[in-house]
Amino acid sequence: MDKIQLLEEQLEKIKKQKMESGDEILTALRASQELFSNSIPLEAAEVISEVLKVKINRVYELATFYSMYSTKPRGKYLVRYCESLPCHVVGGREVKEALEKTLGVKTGETTKDGLFTLEASSCLGLCGVGPVIMINGETYGNLTPARVREIVEEYRGENS
Amino acid sequence: MTVENTILICAGGACISSGEQSVKSALEEEIKKYGLDSVIRIVETGCMGSCNLGPLMVIYPEGVFYQKLKPQDAKEIVEEHLLKGRVVQRLFYKGPTGEIKPRVKEELPFFTRQVKIVTRNLGVIDPSNIDEYIANDGYFALSKILRGSPEQVIEEIKKSGLRGRGGAGFPTGLKWEFTRKSKSNEKYVICNADEGDPGAFMDRSVLEGDPHSVLEGMMIAGYAIGAQYGYIYVRAEYPLAIERLKRAISQAYEYGLLGKNILDTNFSFDVELRIGAGAFVCGEETALIRSVEGMRGQPVQKPPYPAQRGVWDKPTVINNVETLANLPVIINKGADWFASIGTEKSRGTKVFALSGKINNAGLVEVPMGTSLREIIFDIGGGIPNGKKFKAVQTGGPSGGCIPAEYLDTPVDYDSLTKLGTIMGSGGMVVMDEDTCMVDVARYFLEFSAEESCGKCTPCREGTKRMLGILHRIVEGEGKSEDIDTLEQLAISIKDTALCGLGQTAPNPVLSTLRYFRDEYEAHIREKRCPAKSCKALIAYTIDPEKCVGCGACARACGVNAVIGKIKQVHQIDQEACIKCGSCYAACNFDAVEKVDAVDLVEAR
Repeated sequence: MDKIQLLEEQLEKIKKQKMESGDEILTALRASQELFSNSIPLEAAEVISEVLKVKINRVYELATFYSMYSTKPRGKYLVRYCESLPCHVVGGREVKEALEKTLGVKTGETTKDGLFTLEASSCLGLCGVGPVIMINGETYGNLTPARVREIVEEYRGENS
Repeated sequence: MTVENTILICAGGACISSGEQSVKSALEEEIKKYGLDSVIRIVETGCMGSCNLGPLMVIYPEGVFYQKLKPQDAKEIVEEHLLKGRVVQRLFYKGPTGEIKPRVKEELPFFTRQVKIVTRNLGVIDPSNIDEYIANDGYFALSKILRGSPEQVIEEIKKSGLRGRGGAGFPTGLKWEFTRKSKSNEKYVICNADEGDPGAFMDRSVLEGDPHSVLEGMMIAGYAIGAQYGYIYVRAEYPLAIERLKRAISQAYEYGLLGKNILDTNFSFDVELRIGAGAFVCGEETALIRSVEGMRGQPVQKPPYPAQRGVWDKPTVINNVETLANLPVIINKGADWFASIGTEKSRGTKVFALSGKINNAGLVEVPMGTSLREIIFDIGGGIPNGKKFKAVQTGGPSGGCIPAEYLDTPVDYDSLTKLGTIMGSGGMVVMDEDTCMVDVARYFLEFSAEESCGKCTPCREGTKRMLGILHRIVEGEGKSEDIDTLEQLAISIKDTALCGLGQTAPNPVLSTLRYFRDEYEAHIREKRCPAKSCKALIAYTIDPEKCVGCGACARACGVNAVIGKIKQVHQIDQEACIKCGSCYAACNFDAVEKVDAVDLVEAR
């Protein structure tokens, strides 16, 4: 089954789940991001608009207001480093620099192989073990530039 | 066979991100290898609080505490401790003065000085098992209130003096009373779990470690105001909290604790999760309501307050996670008991999240009115590496910094407001002499400017202008009129922004100007950063007296800016140096120094 069909199925489910109407779009955007490698491509937005019977500009409005949604394609792994003060004062800047160097991209960019997108994150709430990063749903704490390189290599290894 | 040992492993978010899963599987494997799996029980608990000691475990009945574990430690723990009854000393906690503490939870002030109400079950029960919650008095408060009237519940909470733990500190009972009095056939309870303040993680820990206490709290609130529905709005940055909440909700439905006719009464209550998407402003209640309704999370003018017109235009109570987790205990132990803890105007306890330059980073719950000194030094263990305490930041981007001279202030809502900051959600970021206060203010303004939803001009444009000035100051290009301009802008934003977040966005600047004006002046007039932190204003040099010519700095330098032959005094080429600080970190002889760049220029 192709991804669009999968999304349609998910949307039907979302429609059934709700106890109120009108609040499904955000849940639908999440579903799209899970299917389309962390993004909401135009064809997914069109399906959401059609199935949920909302104008497509509403879909676009929400997809661009919330920072965790993206209408641009992103990598398979979303690498997000915490840029909050608690991480900042214990070496967050060095971790960010190590990530940019190891991945060879700047914050906001995707690697050429389409594997990683590097983004800054608001506080991940793991301030006791800063600096912290999150790759998709997994979190890593007490980071050093050396440990960052190891982690990135582990992910690269899984895909080679 | 009876269980001989119970091992509690902390499975809070922080311990998981420092490797708890691999420690646990290694331990399970070793236990199986010796056929001990029928007599040893491993329980994954919520956050134990001492995040920087993780991964960690406590082995009962002895209560022995092992910290900073690695998978390879599992073998020794099983062979020595579990089989032979000999504790593994090298995994004990060692205090700053070198003393060894095998039973930390009974011995260390970090644990013994705490009073746990909200965090009562954290690190004690398995959060994914509703039976463990019930065994610890869970849902008892719910069954108790369902036998009385909603008005009695409201009276009890009013009498307890509980104030909202989300930041503003509005009396919870009063908020409920307003919502109860609003006429409507449908009402809602929303749990605000959009904990966005940098440095605050108590809500995450409670959601992960004791999700049922939040659900029970919501049901108590629901019964009190006459609501049938509840939403939990949790941020997407907390995937583990979302997972544990989902499980807790489905278990509560299974047990008939959610749904129709709860505990055979007329009370029915449904709860749904709503997941945020990375917008800080959604922590503001009116923005949160818009987001729950599937719109852009932008605040709207108050009044009408959510108590009159909230989600789907129905009366709504919005309570923070920590507020809700207090409720079952208040009901069980009584309002008088709760009111006996804390200060006159701030009753009960507060959970603080300690982070930054502090020895015991983590989560602590203490009575309101405990002094900053007790929290940071007695419980938090003070500042690492013999550095000097400079300030503590409370209240996140809406708060401010408190300097050393106010360390003896008892912490409650009102005393912090007097000091020009706020309680906020309870994050405390501790800073030492190496932190530049202008940079901290710049940091928070950057946050507020970035997170401004853009709806009102004072916040959208004002924070940007302030940020621009702060950028200039830390770059060494400050002008003499900058401080006045900052103050004027700050006051206009405070007076005119639409929502609470906008109105408080200038606080970090105002409070650092109040206590650390000299640092601003040094940056602007003398082009010096007193903390030697702002890159544009410092330079690295090598002290020829101390340099032994080992070459460590030269090897660490990524841009070949360190010149000198091995066994000879090295020098830094200031033109090539990018001030990354690698040489400073690499030197074992304290020979690399940070100096004010202006002095270097003058010397030349």
